[in-house]
Amino acid sequence: MRKIRFVKDITARHFMLGIAIFTILFLLVIGFSLFFKALPIMKEKNLWVLLTSANWKPFKGDFGFLPYIISTLYVSLIAIIIALPFSILTSIFLNSYASRSIRRFFEPVVDLLSGIPPVIYGVWGTLTIVPLISNKIAPKFVDFSTGYTVLAGGIVLAIMIIPLLISIMTEVFRSIPREMTDASLSMGATKWQTVKKVILRKSFPGIIAATVLALSRAFGETMAVLMVCGNIAQIPHSFFDACYPLPALIANNYGEMLSMPSYESALMLAAFLLFIIVVLFNGISRFTLNQIEKKYQFS
Amino acid sequence: MIFANQHLETLTVNPVKETNRTVLLKKVMNNHTIRIENLDVYIEDQHILKDINLAVPEKSITCIIGPSGCGKTTFLKTLNRMHDETPEVKIKGRVYVDDLNIYDKGVNVIDTRKKMGLLAQRPCPLPMSIFDNVAYGPRIHGIKKRKAINQTVIQYLQYVGLWDEVRGRVRSSPSRLSIGQQQRLCLARGLAIEPEYILGDEATSSLDPLSTKKIEELFIKLKEKYTVILVTHTLRQARRIADYIVFMYLGKIVETGPTEEFFNNPKKQLTREYLSGSFS
Repeated sequence: MRKIRFVKDITARHFMLGIAIFTILFLLVIGFSLFFKALPIMKEKNLWVLLTSANWKPFKGDFGFLPYIISTLYVSLIAIIIALPFSILTSIFLNSYASRSIRRFFEPVVDLLSGIPPVIYGVWGTLTIVPLISNKIAPKFVDFSTGYTVLAGGIVLAIMIIPLLISIMTEVFRSIPREMTDASLSMGATKWQTVKKVILRKSFPGIIAATVLALSRAFGETMAVLMVCGNIAQIPHSFFDACYPLPALIANNYGEMLSMPSYESALMLAAFLLFIIVVLFNGISRFTLNQIEKKYQFS
Repeated sequence: MIFANQHLETLTVNPVKETNRTVLLKKVMNNHTIRIENLDVYIEDQHILKDINLAVPEKSITCIIGPSGCGKTTFLKTLNRMHDETPEVKIKGRVYVDDLNIYDKGVNVIDTRKKMGLLAQRPCPLPMSIFDNVAYGPRIHGIKKRKAINQTVIQYLQYVGLWDEVRGRVRSSPSRLSIGQQQRLCLARGLAIEPEYILGDEATSSLDPLSTKKIEELFIKLKEKYTVILVTHTLRQARRIADYIVFMYLGKIVETGPTEEFFNNPKKQLTREYLSGSFS
């Protein structure tokens, strides 16, 4: 009887270990298969040229990925810059100022927002953000803009990642012990002083982690961005230029041009680049996060 | 002295011989610095504190004792208005601090809290260096001069006997201090806002005996300058350091009195039972 219990325990442990390894294997499998599919184009052309050239003419055999890489980074950066203040301030309000009933109303709504399909954000962006930029904002800065721009992509993407950021950050703020905020308040600090000097400081590593997660999501977001950012293979020089991020490139062209082997391989390289960007970014941010946590090891 | 109204009556009924202590009591009775009148506290629908009437004498240690759940901590929180942070709590009655009812409309909560240095149950250093922890109070109250802040920090770290122990590492995190040192740090931090009253909420319950002794000695030193109100659930501690005792049970004040009188000659049956350990 006893023996059976132990056998079950050991089997369960190994089975679950197997499952866990299997899950992680997906990362490697995806990475490798993309790499091998992208190999032909990398053999055919110099990788450095592929990465630094801005010339994209598939029918002439020119594949320069620089516009796509820059577009991806540019749009995501704008999105996070817009989204961060909104989500930090909202989460602080929900955590420290809002009454319980307001919180009870807000939290499901925020969850709902993050559940809306990207294509809806895309359509909405096309109908409102794009004309707004084209008619109202862009004329103040440049002569002409269609509205399908880096800025439109950034705004729509920001709106999409704000709910994600809010729901992570409210968790981060909630994890701060009540005693700590009470200690500050009982000394006669105002709520705002407590937020600035205690809550934000204590949750700084958490805020960075949330930002990283949101940025990873932003890098990969395809549909909504694709619908508003213009999709022209050029290096965007301002907010009001069209751009063409990597995911949009893949989604727009995959399945159409497969008669050209080098084109297919180029698209695979695009996917591989996106994969590498996300992996590298996560790695670097995990490292810096460790450093920050060491530095901020104040209780 | 701390007197619930009914206790004032008992005093007049039993006149005591004129000793040093009664002289002190008389002097003190004219100097009630915290006076609580008809205080009722409700949390949601529960009636937590019931008709509390109390006057706390200045420059002495008053210990509030009683079994768990009798409302000691709730009572302490009414004194610095920390209940403001929980909307479920309703407060009726008057709490006079220096003859000002702190629950009057228009009374600034920050001014009230600035008068009260709170020492919590468990030490809770803020997420900043040892120095910044003590400097926190002066800074939030608008002191900017570096020299003044340095002076305050050193002064209060010395006062709690921590300066020599942390001298070389005041710029590092307090998380490496022992829990007793952390509690003294929190006391220094509370003193740095220059309060008039010290509130302690079972401030030694998480500490080892040696650290407890240090904190108790500090309380005794503190009462020269401050009025100290402590919540404690160890009777021995109350006996060791208190000048006056308030015994609470089920949200009511049962008996109050000077320490010796309270322990040696309790007047209520309930007090006698509690002191003999029949319930806790």
